[in-house]
Amino acid sequence: MNLTSIDDLQAALREQLYIADRGLATAIYLALRLHRPLFLEGEAGVGKTEVAKVIARLLDTDLIRLQCYEGLDVHHAVYEWNYTRQMMHIRVMEARGERAAEAELFGPDFLLRRPLLQAIENSREKAPVLLVDEVDRSDEEFEAFLLEVLSDFQITIPEIGTIKAERPPVAVITSNRTREVHDALKRRCLYYWIDYPGFDKEFEIVRAKVPQAPAQLARQITGFIQELRRADLYKVPGVAETLDWTAALVALDQQALEPGIVEETLGVILKYQDDVEKVRGENLRAILDRVKVTV
Amino acid sequence: MTGHLLHNLILFGRLLRGLGLDVNPGRMIDLVHALGHIEIGRKPDFYHAARSLLVHRHEDEPLFDQAFEMFWRKPSEGGVTLEMGGLQVRPRFRRPLVTPPPLRPSDAKPPEDGEGQSPADQPPILQVTVTYSDREVLRHKDFAEMSGEELDAVRRLMTALVWQLGERRTRRRKPGKGRLLDLRRTVRKSLRYGGEVLEWARREPKYKPRPLVIVADISGSMERYTRLLLHFIYSLTAGLDQPVEAFVFSTRLTRITRQLHGREVEAALREVGQAVSDWSGGTRIGEALKAFNFDWGRRVLGHGAVVLFISDGWDRGDVDLLRREMARLQRTCHRLIWLNPLLGSPEYEPLTRGMQAALPYIDDFLPVHNLASLEDLARRLTDLDERRGIRARRTAIERRERTLINAETAEPR
Repeated sequence: MNLTSIDDLQAALREQLYIADRGLATAIYLALRLHRPLFLEGEAGVGKTEVAKVIARLLDTDLIRLQCYEGLDVHHAVYEWNYTRQMMHIRVMEARGERAAEAELFGPDFLLRRPLLQAIENSREKAPVLLVDEVDRSDEEFEAFLLEVLSDFQITIPEIGTIKAERPPVAVITSNRTREVHDALKRRCLYYWIDYPGFDKEFEIVRAKVPQAPAQLARQITGFIQELRRADLYKVPGVAETLDWTAALVALDQQALEPGIVEETLGVILKYQDDVEKVRGENLRAILDRVKVTV
Repeated sequence: MTGHLLHNLILFGRLLRGLGLDVNPGRMIDLVHALGHIEIGRKPDFYHAARSLLVHRHEDEPLFDQAFEMFWRKPSEGGVTLEMGGLQVRPRFRRPLVTPPPLRPSDAKPPEDGEGQSPADQPPILQVTVTYSDREVLRHKDFAEMSGEELDAVRRLMTALVWQLGERRTRRRKPGKGRLLDLRRTVRKSLRYGGEVLEWARREPKYKPRPLVIVADISGSMERYTRLLLHFIYSLTAGLDQPVEAFVFSTRLTRITRQLHGREVEAALREVGQAVSDWSGGTRIGEALKAFNFDWGRRVLGHGAVVLFISDGWDRGDVDLLRREMARLQRTCHRLIWLNPLLGSPEYEPLTRGMQAALPYIDDFLPVHNLASLEDLARRLTDLDERRGIRARRTAIERRERTLINAETAEPR
């Protein structure tokens, strides 16, 4: 795909059903042009991970995903030796009366490639998209390691040598800000904060993603969610919840928001009991009335 | 690119750095490259390109926007001038300057009084060396009853306290004697014996100090302790290896972590003084806790954090809210320690409504009124272990409360 301007990219993203602001489109465009990692921050469910998936589809290339967690180490992020095969090989050689050579045992045949290694290995025709998801869940040790990998896209395996990416992957890093990620890592990247969308944008997203939803329902759902985001909740719903809820209401054959069905399906959009309690009953009716007047 | 634009870009970068943004020279160079890829005539594109490259903290974005607006105005709108007078300070400092309360009410006299000179002008009355018996007296004297010199001495002694926080088991493993097998090393070792596994290499969990979060009450009723407690928070921040997050509140919550970080004590406290706008105001513990839980809890309470909550429990806000938010806070941290300066007095009983509401959700309720209590706290923090048996007691209290409530509601019927 030929993406020669920000306008092109924005249009292409829309074709892939991803509605991006000008700012996000600019950041993605520059990430592709300057070969810099893209660091996306924002609340849960605003479409950070989706960006990486859409870029991969646009570039028609593979998406390699590394889900972060505390204690994520080299064995799970970069490479590991296939011990069972190594042991088997030793036994087979033994049965033949030979001795397994160490260089062979620790060679490419016995290497298990984990996401980071896959991303920089030059086995593909096109550079892949590397998604490092929820980096805030990992710890400082992994962050430091990631910083190293992202700075020159090379990995050293003591037994094999240094592997350097000829075509560096398009790296997308996401964070939910459950802790502050170190500035050193963010400094290397293009940074973009994805905010909750406004009414128009969210309505557009709902229409694009759940086309079978009636326009009236989609409008009311969007209005309702926008109201909830202004309410005093511990965890307000993200766009992901909006889409889930729309799909749920479509599955229940709803044409418009009714108090009863909204109350029964609140669990799709609110994930804390305190919040559900707050939105129930009288408050729910009040919000619904407001929504029906405005949209 | 014209030399003029490049020149302006460099000036702009310098301006941002002057405003306290962390601008990386590498990203400045990237921005110059980026200009080749975008339509430079379209101001929004230039703006988004510059913002995504030069800013990497969400909280810095408004400041960047302001600087961008001022710097890249068209000549007709005022031109690119470097009269950034209004911008040279971070916006939050533009509030009227309110400083922390003086040490004691008697010190509040204006300097014209002659006696009440600022501490900097006064000759050091007390030398660093405090004799043993003096120190013993000092250790047990209430902070609120101390003279200026005694407080100075205490502050010095406070810096000498050794802080260490209990550790938590992380999910990261390292070679050691644990239960987990280390297959990589096992296979390596076995090669020496022709692939025969003679010994199993193992891994064990790595331990790290727990993160510490301090939330301190600086309302009017705490005034006598505020100065010293800030010193205490500073010495904790400086004395611990792990990150310490610090917040203060009276009517609203202010994060002071960045102000305390990497500065000398006096400079740090001055910064804190400027950042906080509600010194010695009223107390609304519930609201402050809620602000903390909603805006910061998820970001700073991860990884088994220990929370030090410093307040006398005099609350003028909504007690139900306080109870609810205390419960939430306790659920989200590893250990909730409430430090109350009044607890040092033998007659004190936690009878205020606020304290009563909070008490069931506190893991440790400790005094913080003299040096000895701080030493005791230091010892306790060091001994914090993985377990915390105390919460069991809370359920007992809750159960009793519930039966009481049930009994009350049952009676009228």
